[in-house]
Amino acid sequence: MALSIVDSCVNCYACYDVCPSEAIYQSSPHFKINARKCTECEGDYAQPQCASICPIEEAILDASGAAVNPPGSLTGIPPEKMAAAIREIQAR
Amino acid sequence: MQLNVIGQENAAADGSSCASGSCGSSNDQMSHLPQDIQDKVKNHPCYSEEAHHYFARMHVAVAPACNIQCHYCNRKYDCSNESRPGVVSEVLTPEEAVMKTKAVAANIPQMTVLGIAGPGDPLANPQRTFETFRMLSEQAPDIKLCVSTNGLALPDAVEELSKHNIDHVTITINCVDPAVGAKIYPWIYWNNKRIYGEKAAKILIRQQQKGLEMLVAKGILVKVNSVMIPGVNDDHLKEVSRIVKQKGAFLHNVMPLIAEAEHGTFYGIMGQRGPSPEELQDLQDECAGDMNMMRHCRQCRADAVGLLGEDRGEEFTLDKIAAMDIDYNEAMKKRAVIHAGIMEELDEKEAKRKRLAAVSVPAVEATVPAATRPALMAVATSGGGLINQHFGHATEFLIYEAAPKGVRFIGHRKVDQYCIGGDTCGEKESALDGSIRALKGCEAVLCSKIGYEPWSLLEEAGIVPNGEHAMEPIEEAVMAVYREMVSNGTLESPAPQMESASA
Repeated sequence: MALSIVDSCVNCYACYDVCPSEAIYQSSPHFKINARKCTECEGDYAQPQCASICPIEEAILDASGAAVNPPGSLTGIPPEKMAAAIREIQAR
Repeated sequence: MQLNVIGQENAAADGSSCASGSCGSSNDQMSHLPQDIQDKVKNHPCYSEEAHHYFARMHVAVAPACNIQCHYCNRKYDCSNESRPGVVSEVLTPEEAVMKTKAVAANIPQMTVLGIAGPGDPLANPQRTFETFRMLSEQAPDIKLCVSTNGLALPDAVEELSKHNIDHVTITINCVDPAVGAKIYPWIYWNNKRIYGEKAAKILIRQQQKGLEMLVAKGILVKVNSVMIPGVNDDHLKEVSRIVKQKGAFLHNVMPLIAEAEHGTFYGIMGQRGPSPEELQDLQDECAGDMNMMRHCRQCRADAVGLLGEDRGEEFTLDKIAAMDIDYNEAMKKRAVIHAGIMEELDEKEAKRKRLAAVSVPAVEATVPAATRPALMAVATSGGGLINQHFGHATEFLIYEAAPKGVRFIGHRKVDQYCIGGDTCGEKESALDGSIRALKGCEAVLCSKIGYEPWSLLEEAGIVPNGEHAMEPIEEAVMAVYREMVSNGTLESPAPQMESASA
């Protein structure tokens, strides 16, 4: 059981600083989680710490590969609104 | 709407900002502060309007982590062309930051202040932030250190801050009411949990206020930054201003919301608008009755370098610094001489101002009837408090209001559009159109020189170009142009409309 970081990570160090298992390490092009060290914070905290501070939606996946913070969950921007804004900007 | 409504009644009624004959906005802004505070801020460009013409600052981006989310921020912060808080080109280690700071200080000796302002929250990165401060206070003791924070982790950091010779802290306080806060902050990370909504806002507000009180008790100067968000906290900021002043903050900086869909922020995507320059000015004037207002903030990047309004970060990228051979002890000697020279010039200006204020009938009022309406003028300057920039080189203009009682600084207007990134780049309006649009509402523009094409376009737009005061002190030149406008009858017709330059 381990979480993972994917390429939408912006390398802000926030997760690195709060991981109780020192499972997160700096890597290129982004931080990564050592699956052998990651405990998903079981025994330490009610919620995985990396996913509780990460500001980027979909940057951290659970063991099943699903985003812990799905689109809209952190920014409050409805995904359809975001998609429409991106379309509008690209059309300019 | 006519311009003569802006703050004039207030200024006249309470005798504040522009009461003296020769009114320099900066000095009246600071003049009632205790001498020890004036001494602390007189060479700090972000705290003293006067100092910002002479002294430069820099930010080092050592603090990428954040413990809250603000609706005006997008944490995908890496863009080299954008200029707004929270944006940087590269995050530095504390060692790299120290190297960069010394390189900048040696090459830009006017640089007096090193700030850590992000791109996240400096106090959410305590190790990287304090390690940088510790090394700098040892290796570059002639540089002032300061930090800005959202306040969430502030109470726990006050003790450490007071050890590092930091005598300035900026707290961003956008509200004192959790119901308002919930519309600005979607979540905070607190006690190992992500907390949402009003509950989150309540904790944040409590921490900010507690931190403010603790800093004041330690004798550390606190400036409060607030982002003005129309319809969300605009009215509420008057209460914020009153409370933070009561608690001992010495300066309040109300800044306009920057929100464009291209930035990918909640406010940008959801179509929340920023305030017009006029709305911002009105709110600043209303808060001014309660507090010292700062009007010269440029909302700079978390890795900005140079005078406010300029960014020389490109000259100090890591690879360029690596090639520089800096002898900091030598640099400090040169810096001391230059700083002393600037202070001497500022002291002379101050002495002259005092002499003029002592004259019983102010020269200005003798020539300008008291009922004359005020006029806005734009100034192109590259620093030093002088009209010394070519119109075509200006990336921003300083806006001054001339009135019978004197000249006051109102704010600045940027010429460049914000970077809109990727495929949409390159469709900017011409720089000239941008300049003219930025100057809406102004009746004259003072610069060192101006070309033929902009001259005629400005005239068409009703703005009188003026290159006759090159190298003169700004406030004197603005007053001279105002007097000309009085004598040639310009001010007998109504002021031009001030339209939103931020939309």
